[in-house]
Amino acid sequence: MDDLLQEFLTEAGENLAILDVELVKFEQDPNDLAILQNIFRLVHTVKGTCGFLGLSRLEAVAHAGENVLGKFRDGELTVTPLAVTLILRCLDGIRAILGVLEQTGQEPAGDDAALIAELNALASGDAPAASQNHDAHGDEAHNDDSGPVLNEHGFPVAAELLAEVAQALAAQGIPGESLIDVQAQADNARRATESAAEEAMLAMMAAEESRPQTAAAASAVVSAPAAASNVGESKDSALAGASIRVSVDILENLMTLVSELVLTRNQLLQMVRVREDSEFKTPLQRLSHITTELQEGVMKSRMQPIGNAWSKLPRIVRDLSMELDKKVELVMQGADTELDRQLLELIKDPLTHMVRNSVDHGLEATNKDRVAAGKSEVGKITLKAYHEGGHIIISIADDGRGLNAERIRAKALSNGLVTEAELTSMSDHQLYQFIFRAGFSTAEKVTNVSGRGVGMDVVRSNIEKIGGTIDLRSAPGKGTTFTIKIPLTLAIVSALVVECAKQRFAIPQINVLELVRASRNSEARIEEINHAPVLRLRDRLLPLVSLNRLLKIEDGAATADDSRSIVIAQVGNTKFGMIVDRVFDTEEIVVKPVSSLMRNMPVYSGNTILGDGNVIMILDPHGIADSLGNAQLEETQAAEASKLQQSDSTASFLLFRAGGQEVKAIPLGLVTRIERIPAATVEHTQGRYVVQYRDHLMPLVPFHETQDWHQGDTYSVLVFTEKDRSVGLVVDAIVDIVEDRMDIALTANQPGLLGSAVIAGSATDVIDAGHFLTLGFHDWFGGVGHADAAPSDRREVLLVDDSLFFRNLMTPYLSAAGWKVTTCKDAEEALVLRETGRRFSVIVSDLEMPGLGGMGFARDVKADPRWKDTPFVALSALATQGIVEKSYDAGCDHYVAKSNREELLRTMNQAVNNAASVEVRNSPTPGPQNAALQPGAWRAA
Amino acid sequence: MMTADASSSATATKQSPFESATTDYVTFSMGKQMFGVPVQRVQDILVPERIAPVPLAPSEVCGLINLRGRIVTVIDVRIRLGLKDQRDPASRAMGVTVESGHELYTLLVDHVGDVITLSTDSFEANPATIEGLWKDFSKGVHRLSDQLMVILDIDRLLDIRVRN
Repeated sequence: MDDLLQEFLTEAGENLAILDVELVKFEQDPNDLAILQNIFRLVHTVKGTCGFLGLSRLEAVAHAGENVLGKFRDGELTVTPLAVTLILRCLDGIRAILGVLEQTGQEPAGDDAALIAELNALASGDAPAASQNHDAHGDEAHNDDSGPVLNEHGFPVAAELLAEVAQALAAQGIPGESLIDVQAQADNARRATESAAEEAMLAMMAAEESRPQTAAAASAVVSAPAAASNVGESKDSALAGASIRVSVDILENLMTLVSELVLTRNQLLQMVRVREDSEFKTPLQRLSHITTELQEGVMKSRMQPIGNAWSKLPRIVRDLSMELDKKVELVMQGADTELDRQLLELIKDPLTHMVRNSVDHGLEATNKDRVAAGKSEVGKITLKAYHEGGHIIISIADDGRGLNAERIRAKALSNGLVTEAELTSMSDHQLYQFIFRAGFSTAEKVTNVSGRGVGMDVVRSNIEKIGGTIDLRSAPGKGTTFTIKIPLTLAIVSALVVECAKQRFAIPQINVLELVRASRNSEARIEEINHAPVLRLRDRLLPLVSLNRLLKIEDGAATADDSRSIVIAQVGNTKFGMIVDRVFDTEEIVVKPVSSLMRNMPVYSGNTILGDGNVIMILDPHGIADSLGNAQLEETQAAEASKLQQSDSTASFLLFRAGGQEVKAIPLGLVTRIERIPAATVEHTQGRYVVQYRDHLMPLVPFHETQDWHQGDTYSVLVFTEKDRSVGLVVDAIVDIVEDRMDIALTANQPGLLGSAVIAGSATDVIDAGHFLTLGFHDWFGGVGHADAAPSDRREVLLVDDSLFFRNLMTPYLSAAGWKVTTCKDAEEALVLRETGRRFSVIVSDLEMPGLGGMGFARDVKADPRWKDTPFVALSALATQGIVEKSYDAGCDHYVAKSNREELLRTMNQAVNNAASVEVRNSPTPGPQNAALQPGAWRAA
Repeated sequence: MMTADASSSATATKQSPFESATTDYVTFSMGKQMFGVPVQRVQDILVPERIAPVPLAPSEVCGLINLRGRIVTVIDVRIRLGLKDQRDPASRAMGVTVESGHELYTLLVDHVGDVITLSTDSFEANPATIEGLWKDFSKGVHRLSDQLMVILDIDRLLDIRVRN
């Protein structure tokens, strides 16, 4: 019998057994969507596989059943006992066909038109028709099936046996494929790439033949692997000498024992290490070696080449390419990469599904389309597997059309997954993640192959279940690549041990991206937004979660001022940091499940015993990310994306109330911290209010001069910090933080207000931070750069930026530093100035602007002799190497990150000084050693 | 000796009080009240050390200990039974380790007493006046000469869904 067919039978048998149970559950609780999803998937799987095996009769029945289930799922049909009965009969029909298939290797003759008609009638909402035929059908099905090959009593028994075996195995916690081959020698054994399942299947078939139709026979096979091995031997005696069969149970047990041994060894090593000279040292070393070898040996016995999971694929791709009339070439690289058999089983189905998807969706619809796109007629699917740092990377790449961002967008919108506003701020990469959502299919029509929206969500959840991650890259017209990263084995994982409030926890290394040490004085420091900690990391804001706070184990000893360690973790595409007190080493740990008493705690994925014998909990970054509220993280992502796409046209605003009911706003970027300060700590000196804040006196500026301090009250204070000075702005209440466009509609003449803007749907006063800062320190702006003193003669700067806010923010800042400022809202406006004959000492321009844009502006400036020699400083929020280089290519002389005001001032001064000295031709060539110009490396003008 | 299958052992203990034969009980006390669990269910008696706390766990979960390479969940029976007063800090709590549903638990109790053999003659069903949680966790009462001994239903005690 065909290997593929055997495997299919085993799988289908298992699925049907589950389906029976699930359907009954479902009938009792028709509102449980989770069960329905599961049922739908199972039927879908059966149907899908039938199609590839050319089992048209089975496929037709399953398809009809799936249709009805689909209607249930979409809520178009109500679930009635009658309908469920029909589905169950559909399953019986499938089972009957499977029974014959198993015995003869052929589908029985006949068709199931009546059953299919009933199902279709039900699907189209014609329920009564189903009830009429109900009784008649049962017989009919039997009549159909009792063709020449049918043993009337035989096949149901066989089917039941199959189900029984599957159930028995499932009960023992073993997947259906229960026996694996331990191969002593590789050469002959390699021939047995037919996986464990087939072997098991063969054994069972053989057992059935020798003792036909007795349930006892089947159970004998299950309980006695030896019997199975005997049968196997008779079939393939050449193989028998080189390999023996060992039940997976024994291997699993062995693995557990070895893991324990490893831990005990580690414990011993630790004990001996502290003693200088111990007679145990030498024997322990030997023990250590042997343990390591034993561990490797046992691991090896569980390892199988990934090619085993791929063996079905060429056939599937071939059949699919015939069916869809596409020319497809499947390239497989690294098939001999080995991984744990447990993992192999778990990734088999997701891989198959993804390859199917690549052929169906990934590649262009027809060969002609490919040729039209200038590609070879033959589509290429590349499957790659390789080891990388304790993980296995599997990639599935097609050279097809790439994901259709537009269609995903439309679909996400129609499914109500996002709002239009959210969509606009999403990057394509974020958009692509939607294909991992349940019920999300962008295929135009539902085909046999795919398009029902079952799939990528299952793929992702299966991969995440085994501690893996999946990501995708797609380029329109070039293709799509899925990358799966999974651990080598599930038994032992590498974990980072951290400490919070004197308790230790393990974090799986696979989720850890990097460690950051944050303290008040270092570049990386923890800031707070309404008590929510965040971290500025390489010009990105990273949400943080304090483990102490999350786990409610704050011991009060650690304060925010102490230097803390942050473990940056990545889950899917979300990145976040976990604040911990201390970070220890990484340790190899054996993951053990947590007690059922604590299984509903999403923050833990297990527990383990460390080398020193202590028990510690293993944190689950997935659970932590979830408990953070995905919304919050996604918001951050969206914000980040919008920053990338639209630069400064949207910004985060802090909304607050001060001196009245109306809400006021201030760009969040300007606020360093938000503090609650009790009135009792406020002191009054020299007509000013001050508070002791971080070893300094911080002036407090009330929003309204008539601020009165009620003893015993606590006031919200926005803290602005520049260099080592802080000013606190006292407000009444913090309202919210919103993300909105920075369109200041009305400019106010009132001091302290920049103007009004529509923020979060209502008109809001945007306050001028600069005004309050100078109230705190009169020389706030002027004092910033005393090291970089303004040029003695008043020089003129042309500031070009499309953001009114930014212009309003920078103008007082630059003027205070001694510059005369002229502003323009875009390049076009600036070029008009050039025509009027204006001259400037330096041009500072944003790169992201409508119209000509910063780059175009720079090119224009450098191409015309009038402003050619004026130093050109590019400003951008995007500090990538590519942008920096592009800006230099466009003719910009300097590049400064937009957020860095001090740097800008320094660069401006330097640029002007250099330009001046170039003019008198006595300056040394400005070289890259001019470190003050970081990050915008110097370019000789 | 432990029976491998928790459910079958549960049935066994459920029936035992009604058989005429005798049953051996491990006795322990909380405050003045004496409790008993069938000796077959008990794996180990120990004084737990180095209990690793589990943040966010239900309050009765004291933490985890390492018992010869197995991770054991430590349950404070005092909290589980809803006893208000604290354990006398001077006395060291003792642990009765039992298995339930293939998992090991150590029940933290005030004091562990002798193993006693009792016949079903002295057994009685729960008195009607017994209160809420205790009724859930008690399988019945043995009349001893000087006091009453409550037979704890370990599986219910460890079923976190049973709450008052």
